[in-house]
Amino acid sequence: MNIGFSAADEQFRQQVAQWMQKHLTGEFAVLRFRGGPGDEDFAPELRKRWEQVLAQGKWVGAGWAIEQGGRGLSINQQVIFFEEYARAGGPGRMGHIGEGLVGPTIAAFGTPEQQQRFLPPILSGQDFWCQGYSEPGAGSDLANIKTRANFDEAGEQWLISGQKVWTSLAHESDWCFVLARTEPGSVGHRGLSFLLVKMDQPGIRVQPIQQLTGTCEFNEVFFDQARTSAHNMIGQPGDGWKIAMALLGFERGVSTLGQQMQFQNELDEVVRIAKTNGAAQDPVMRQRIAQAWSGLRVLRYNSLRMLSGVQDGSLRPEATIYKLAWSTWHVELGKLAMDVLGPEAELLAGAPYELTRLQALFLFTRADTLYGGSNEIQRNIIAERALGMPREPR
Amino acid sequence: MELALTDEQRMIQASAERFLTQVASSSAVRTAMSSERGYDTQTWRQIAKELYWPALAIPEAYGGLGLGFVEVCLLQEQLGRCLLPTPFFATCCLATPALLLSSNESLKERWLPLIAAGEISASVAYTSAPRWDDSGVQVYAQSHEGGYRLNGEYRYVIDGADCDLLIIAARTPGSIGEAGIRLFALPADTPGLLRQPQATLDQTRRLATITLNNVAVNDEHLLSEPGQGWPMLRDVLHIACIGLAGEQTGGAQQSLDITLKYIGEREQFGRRIASFQAIKHRCADLMLAIECSRSASYYAACIADQCLNIDGDPSTRQQLGEAAATAKIFASEGFFQCAAESIQLHGGVGFTWEYDPHLYFKRARASEQMLGTPAFHREQLAKQIFGERT
Ligand SMILES: Cc1cc2nc3c(=O)[nH]c(=O)nc-3n(C[C@H](O)[C@H](O)[C@H](O)COP(=O)(O)OP(=O)(O)OC[C@H]3O[C@@H](n4cnc5c(N)ncnc54)[C@H](O)[C@@H]3O)c2cc1C
Repeated sequence: MNIGFSAADEQFRQQVAQWMQKHLTGEFAVLRFRGGPGDEDFAPELRKRWEQVLAQGKWVGAGWAIEQGGRGLSINQQVIFFEEYARAGGPGRMGHIGEGLVGPTIAAFGTPEQQQRFLPPILSGQDFWCQGYSEPGAGSDLANIKTRANFDEAGEQWLISGQKVWTSLAHESDWCFVLARTEPGSVGHRGLSFLLVKMDQPGIRVQPIQQLTGTCEFNEVFFDQARTSAHNMIGQPGDGWKIAMALLGFERGVSTLGQQMQFQNELDEVVRIAKTNGAAQDPVMRQRIAQAWSGLRVLRYNSLRMLSGVQDGSLRPEATIYKLAWSTWHVELGKLAMDVLGPEAELLAGAPYELTRLQALFLFTRADTLYGGSNEIQRNIIAERALGMPREPR
Repeated sequence: MELALTDEQRMIQASAERFLTQVASSSAVRTAMSSERGYDTQTWRQIAKELYWPALAIPEAYGGLGLGFVEVCLLQEQLGRCLLPTPFFATCCLATPALLLSSNESLKERWLPLIAAGEISASVAYTSAPRWDDSGVQVYAQSHEGGYRLNGEYRYVIDGADCDLLIIAARTPGSIGEAGIRLFALPADTPGLLRQPQATLDQTRRLATITLNNVAVNDEHLLSEPGQGWPMLRDVLHIACIGLAGEQTGGAQQSLDITLKYIGEREQFGRRIASFQAIKHRCADLMLAIECSRSASYYAACIADQCLNIDGDPSTRQQLGEAAATAKIFASEGFFQCAAESIQLHGGVGFTWEYDPHLYFKRARASEQMLGTPAFHREQLAKQIFGERT
């Protein structure tokens, strides 16, 4: 074990920091420290352009293999990239779902043609993606999906009908990956398939849902005979569940370290306020702030352990704690921010319902323990997969 | 940056585990803890003279094996799993780091080879009050004929009644705070030094009260440079916290493991109690606590390693305090949570003397206090976060 970076890595750190300093300026300066959790709807058009600037710098897919058009960075360099990105105030990534989730999935399971077709526009910051998993009747019980896709022999295409819900950024996306039932009459995780579907078409209607923050980051998406070519299925009919689960595995990668740097920025803000408003003299607040501070360190150490050693793609038992660890930490930070602010926390940035950054944080962190597998589902997974305890009835 | 164990480290871990499975069964631990000295001398001799554990982190120049503190922490983790009472923690996580950080070559040459050879055990005594910072140092060193006379009383000295060498802290009369503190290394049988073993709630680790009555010492015994007594002691205590965090991680892991075994067999309402979701979720929370404790202690061990290494990276060394505090907080709270839940999930048998959960519960409580509670360490961190310390 060692915790240092090599001289070459430190040089790389300089390079990233300089690049960020040079490019996150001008029209993009307003994006600094924006677009994070609770702030996803901030300046989407500008943030898409920022993605293209990043792409020109070859920072999109920086961790992807060179054959796939990536930069082939080592894990250490990726760690450094994400750290420096967040330190510089790099905005929340509009392209995350493409770069972090569906891209690696296509790279792992797609045909060479599919890779040719879908990966370059992700890497160039042209195509943005959304995730069509959840449905009204299929949340935690994701296998209960009812959306159907029937094969139209004549048109060599799939016809999709049904409804997705809670689909983040569907209104800003070019493509959606849809988990749909392709085997009529099948139940559970059998008979599902993984389809890539273009959003801009008559068969798709996107209906925004207002969140408790007052903004509309997620949507209902209605499919009525929506079409996608036979070439746009990843894997074979019936492989959907396997691929959907593999995709969730990619979420636990290096980008977790970037997320932690954003958390650090939020915590720094809380500390700054505590220093100016007197909370820093309150012994209880001091304890809570120190707990948050050390907790964030531990999240980092957890990630570094998860990313060390042989990376054979298998999910090691200690990696199962990752989602539960960060969501629990972040939800507590949201509450701490409000408590440090005291009565000031009640005052909005503006009417009718314009939130301050920390109010948005406080409210949005309540979603962290839900999406991507709720804390209860995470605990089931830890108990069953890591601790080998008896499975829930399914 | 690589936070995974090397092959060699995994080997050390595995062989320690094998050895301890043989010598540290529950009944062996219980016999040792109620013996007169509080540990099994035969087993300790094996550890010290055949397995060379105390030699691990001592440089070859002093007769050691020249490995590092990460290895020490791995052994601590295994010792924590079985609760085997030994003078290993006091000798290797307190006294040895104190000697290694000293620049008094003749003291190092005198004592380190004896520790490495497994000839002696050692400990550190510094606090006279229920406090773990500089304000606890209340033994006074009065100048006297070119040397010092020491008077006062140390409390909660880990394995202090039985060890051969004592590293002690004393302050100049009239000094307060971090100033005026000096560290000395003394043979435990120095005249005027009275050692009183205490009966303890956690029987697997002995504490002693040590009284000093005009104990004569001189510059030959002096471990610290002028003005460096507290900074050196502080570093030693931080390193010891990290070693302790390794041990606590092991204790927490074993508490969970024995619980999983029990609840996987015990049936109520016609099913294994491990199948109740209320229980599964609590076990998941325990695993989360343990992995956090382990990550924090491994990371901190790497830093301790740099601090004990002459060629260590200076910027890494600066993280010692925060890493030690973080490890001690997470390891203490994690271990206590696991040990307390272990009793609860065992039901009535968890409340018996016969079953092991209480041994872990008591050790968890003792270790949480020792070298500073989580609240104490959070307050130390708060000072740093708010820039209140220079
Ligand atoms: C902000 C936000 C963004 C989202 N973005 C997307 C997206 O882009 N794409 C997408 O597909 N989905 C998205 N989701 C949906 C998210 O994945 C689901 O909300 C989540 O899986 C929970 O499903 P549900 O809402 O139906 O709640 P339910 O499954 O009904 O759960 C309700 C409660 O019951 C508990 N529960 C359920 N089953 C169990 C069990 N077996 N044991 C114990 N407790 C249980 C849950 O933990 C929860 O507390 C998003 C959600 C949010 C909040």
